Amino acid sequence: MTSPTHAPAGVRETTEGTVYDVTGGDWDQIAADIAQSDDERIIVNMGPQHPSTHGVLRLILEIDGETVTEARCGIGYLHTGIEKNLEFRTWTQGTTFVTRMDYVMPFFNEAAYCLAVEKLLGIEDDIPDRATLIRVLLMELNRISSHMVFTATGGMELGATTVAIFGFRDREMVLDLFELITGLRMNHAYIRPGGLSQDLPPGAVDALREFIKKMRKNLAEYQKLCVGNPVFKARLKDIGYLDLAGCMALGATGPILRSAGLPHDLRKTQPYCGYDTFDFEVPTTDTCDSFGRFLLRLEEMHQSLRIVEQCVDRLEPGPVMVADKKIAWPAQLALGPDGLGNSLDHIKKIMGTSMEALIHHFKLVTEGFRVPPGQTYAAVESPKGELGVHAVSDGGTRPYRVHFRDPSFTNLQSMAAMCEGGQVADVIVAVASIDPVMGGVDR
Amino acid sequence: MSDEHLNGDANGAPPAPRGGRGEVIGVRHGMFGASNGGDTSGYGGLVRTVRLPGASERPYGGPRGEAAWFDEVADELEGALEEQGLLPENAIERTVVDRDELTFHIAREHLPRVARTLRDDPALRFELCTGVSGVHYLQDAGRELHAVYHLRSITHNRLIRLEVTAPDDDPRIPSIVDVYPTNDWHEREAYDFFGLVFDGHPALARIMMPDDWQGFPQRKDYPLGGIPVEYKGAQIPAPDQRRSYS
Repeated sequence: MTSPTHAPAGVRETTEGTVYDVTGGDWDQIAADIAQSDDERIIVNMGPQHPSTHGVLRLILEIDGETVTEARCGIGYLHTGIEKNLEFRTWTQGTTFVTRMDYVMPFFNEAAYCLAVEKLLGIEDDIPDRATLIRVLLMELNRISSHMVFTATGGMELGATTVAIFGFRDREMVLDLFELITGLRMNHAYIRPGGLSQDLPPGAVDALREFIKKMRKNLAEYQKLCVGNPVFKARLKDIGYLDLAGCMALGATGPILRSAGLPHDLRKTQPYCGYDTFDFEVPTTDTCDSFGRFLLRLEEMHQSLRIVEQCVDRLEPGPVMVADKKIAWPAQLALGPDGLGNSLDHIKKIMGTSMEALIHHFKLVTEGFRVPPGQTYAAVESPKGELGVHAVSDGGTRPYRVHFRDPSFTNLQSMAAMCEGGQVADVIVAVASIDPVMGGVDR
Repeated sequence: MSDEHLNGDANGAPPAPRGGRGEVIGVRHGMFGASNGGDTSGYGGLVRTVRLPGASERPYGGPRGEAAWFDEVADELEGALEEQGLLPENAIERTVVDRDELTFHIAREHLPRVARTLRDDPALRFELCTGVSGVHYLQDAGRELHAVYHLRSITHNRLIRLEVTAPDDDPRIPSIVDVYPTNDWHEREAYDFFGLVFDGHPALARIMMPDDWQGFPQRKDYPLGGIPVEYKGAQIPAPDQRRSYS
């Protein structure tokens, strides 16, 4: 059994049973070889369960001393097959899935998906103004909460716990608004093909105005806390460098692209949801580094707050769902004693007085609406960059194929370009500046 | 514009165009996709042909609210290909304008050349590729697998689509990673889910699914793997086996 050149594994009898001592073999020689070599090149797996990799991201780093010589990403740990799942649900049910992709920016997923479905249906012009306005309002609030998560987690990774706590505190304010408006803090499925699931609840406008006042005060704190802070600057400046040529080649969009000096923002270049009627600016820097991206996101939050304010000022009563009853979900939601549900009046009407309304309700909910065959691409400027939806219909009641071009997925590719040649500690900063959310990367 | 049949659908007209135009991608029978037993609904004899929007005639026009730049891009692309000694009709199989979007169907062997031309020609300048999306048309014989690329020109503020097909039994498409490095992960994703083999990709490995996974999950013939649910003796089949509105 054992070869004569190697000592057999030692065996001890204990009260627990036999214990084998597995040494010997050629491991001694391997260990000796490593001990002799002065090469400090090692390969480190960071993640997929590392607290500072934003979820289940696995970084494979080849390290020479403190220097990263090569860096690669391992992804897929959060793949849930959402795109495949969509093909087995109706077009309306799709929003319930897509909102869970990048769970930090659910409204952008929903809006992009619904814009694509509406384009396939050819009803872009029929979406009521109030629905579009509330979409913009929610997207901009969501941009603030997404950037807050970036600020908070980025701060936490640097050990700046105050920034982390401030960030999550302010994000919570936004999530409270979401809860008030949609009923849920995340995973809303509030934006639906054709409009919204329901109108703003009473008191929402007051809460929004109160929020704008508070947030304007709080945003100034980050300026004071971070922008002049020498430690913060030392950790972020010139880290995660990616210039314009690199951004274009790697398809990086959003704050990464704008930190390289290009003011590319789909809200300005290809306005959707009436963004061309709002007054806001697209900030840029030319530092190409993490500090620049941090400053950009801070400024973007100010700009988003401006848009939110304009939305609130412009809100006027009106429908929030397309008039076409063949598409509009036949729901008249009301707050019942058991939480959200269809209003009793509506149920009484369809159950008691109109057989046709009941049939229609049943058909639309179980079967859904048919979408003319064809394909389309709808893109929105999400907090992370261009979020594109490629939707294909074969004329059925379910999507034939929906593909999300998630900005986190694309931007994460630039991790290697940002990290190689730098220090291990700077990998954390560079990855944080990409702001990847694995729910979006893996879908 | 060739999409008259699409806009008149608000009143619930049947969505599939009845005319002869368009690319047939499938034929549907019945209403509930029933293949396990008789269809007693009375809709069993229903036959519907599914057509995707077909090739468009010039002038192509442009998206609403913008200058009519579709013809300009098509002219420039055809001209630039001709300059390189490549006949445009060999490279561009079909040009489709649908829903304000311009699609070039490209012969797969010419894809890298076309992509490079689109990127480098100053009049085209599509600098940003937003990746590749696979689509599996099970009934589109001989061209089942489609790879769809969206290219954005930041210089000219335009967006176009390229579509390339490959048959199921030879799922090979040339990689355009050396033109657009951003497609590295996107092509891996399309390979992972559709089994599209991108020739020339530097490391075409699975990206989402485990490395030892068998099969390509987003192909339409890939079984979902659900198990039938039994309740009081009745069997409810797995989601992809159930009857559904087709």
